[in-house]
Amino acid sequence: MDITDIIKPENKVYGKSRLLLDKVMHFCPGCSHGTIHKIIAETIDELDIQEQVIGISPVGCAVLAYDYIDIDWQEAAHGRAPALATAIKRLYPDKYVFTYQGDGDLASIGTGEIIHTCNRGDNVTIIFVNNAIYGMTGGQMAPTTLEGMKTATTPKGRSYISSGFPMKITEMLAILPGVVYATRQSVDTPAAERKAKKAVIKAFKCQKLKKGTSFIEFVSTCSSGWKMTPTEANTWMRENMFPVFPPGDVKDETGF
Amino acid sequence: MSEKILLKGNEAIAIAAIRCGCDGYFGYPITPQSEILETLSEMNPEKDTGMIVLQAESEVAAINMLYGGAGCGKKVMTSSSSPGISLMTEGISYIAGAELPCVIVDVMRGGPGLGTIQPAQSDYFQIVKGGGHGDYHTITLAPASVQEMNDFVNLSFELAFKYKTPVVILADGVIGQMMEKVELSPIKPRWTDEEIIKLHGDWASTGKTPNRKRNIVTSLDLDPHRQELFNKKLQSKYSEIERNEIRYESLLCDDAEYLVAAYGLSARVSQKAMELARDEGIKIGLIRPITLFPYPYEAIERLVPQMKGILTVEMSAGQMVEDVSLAVRGAIPLYFHGRTGGMLPSPEDIASVIKSIATGNYNPENFPGHNKVWLK
Repeated sequence: MDITDIIKPENKVYGKSRLLLDKVMHFCPGCSHGTIHKIIAETIDELDIQEQVIGISPVGCAVLAYDYIDIDWQEAAHGRAPALATAIKRLYPDKYVFTYQGDGDLASIGTGEIIHTCNRGDNVTIIFVNNAIYGMTGGQMAPTTLEGMKTATTPKGRSYISSGFPMKITEMLAILPGVVYATRQSVDTPAAERKAKKAVIKAFKCQKLKKGTSFIEFVSTCSSGWKMTPTEANTWMRENMFPVFPPGDVKDETGF
Repeated sequence: MSEKILLKGNEAIAIAAIRCGCDGYFGYPITPQSEILETLSEMNPEKDTGMIVLQAESEVAAINMLYGGAGCGKKVMTSSSSPGISLMTEGISYIAGAELPCVIVDVMRGGPGLGTIQPAQSDYFQIVKGGGHGDYHTITLAPASVQEMNDFVNLSFELAFKYKTPVVILADGVIGQMMEKVELSPIKPRWTDEEIIKLHGDWASTGKTPNRKRNIVTSLDLDPHRQELFNKKLQSKYSEIERNEIRYESLLCDDAEYLVAAYGLSARVSQKAMELARDEGIKIGLIRPITLFPYPYEAIERLVPQMKGILTVEMSAGQMVEDVSLAVRGAIPLYFHGRTGGMLPSPEDIASVIKSIATGNYNPENFPGHNKVWLK
């Protein structure tokens, strides 16, 4: 038996989503963004909602998300994606609207917008990728940077005395009545990835059922920013990020 | 008979927005324009036309809501006053860079900083010269009456969609607050979602259908060659706007030997000053730019040969006067009279300035506010 006996349509059990474009991703090896992109593309494909989806990309590493997933996109100013989402959803209540934001975008410069979109309970999905660092600008401190963690702007490690504490924004947003679903996921193992995809599907279903804001944090790796190999980064994330940002549902009032 | 009612300038803006088929208004309270948001909230157009009215959490959010709404092909509008417009300026640059159509109303108050809640015209540089980062312009319309506050809303949307650019209605606190009789605009239905796809489906993010490529609304292009080409495209759009859209009004210029250049409320006050000066035998005319970008340089230039002097009147320390000076190019003396901080120019003061220029007795120390020979 050679490979041509195996690669046959009837043997196919899994493949690249048709919504993931063939463009080579600019993400670094080991970065979580690619996997999260894949989960979103698969979700949109499986729910068969490509024609109703509008994605909003941030400023940060995921700014070019629109190059990779075959849907309509808007690229927002730094931190402002939730304001765009609010307007688009109000003007097109039956469309699916999601933002895709990093920790600098959502938890630093965009805190005003994310809080108020969640507080209005706007019927949108927020994908929040937390890798505890500013990736695109070269590894500076983020609001979610761990205490003691070395970055380009905290060369001796983050000190809460000068820079405050790692911000648990998912917990902060979960107390708002407008948020119906807030969960923290990761994509470091196939099992975690499958779980994360279920969460994304659930979040989009919240939109369909007009339940309120659905919020998914992805605790993620940034091997370049952390100066680690992809494997080291995954281990470091589990050992250091998970205790501060524990995976699991923070709030689930979806009722399904 | 068309409908004529007594309205504040700010109310006229709100009503005109509903009547011209606006899909969404996103605003944040700030004096002296809060009546726009209040009137729209009171009228609750969602039940009649489906127009969305939302009080945003900040001007920053409001302008980005505009970006989102405009990016999916809807007719969207915001309004603010000077400090709020400063906050919106980043967003206006992004909107210009993404080539999105929308309408922004600036009911100017005095600055800098928190300044005052009283009227001013000191956002001219900020609005007319771009304001935000990058090489962009916004089409800028300057109403001088409540009727024009009404009329310019529909006109602004037409220009915004014709050129895919933000359009600013640059008013001041007096025009926003004063009441005049207004003939309301005809009622236009909002575009249906199908009409939006037909009209703007080649760029608006309305959901990707199998018959087209995905639409991406962005102001980013990391390739320097393409980014320069895009900038050239923007500039040629502005040239086209300069060729097609210059609007101005000239009054009593045929026999005039002196000219006043003023816009908005300053032009209204200058009109009365002209009457006073003409009563004393001074042949004075008025040119009122209605579009500040594109600016009517040539209209002023054409009048220069017959004039002995030009006076620019503004509620600023001297902003539009720089554009007048570009048109005059030192051919005749250019004078400036400006009031700031919420003080208004008076017809009597302007008439005195004109009279002193015509009689050769001009002394800037004799008048209140900001006075100088701008260019000899």
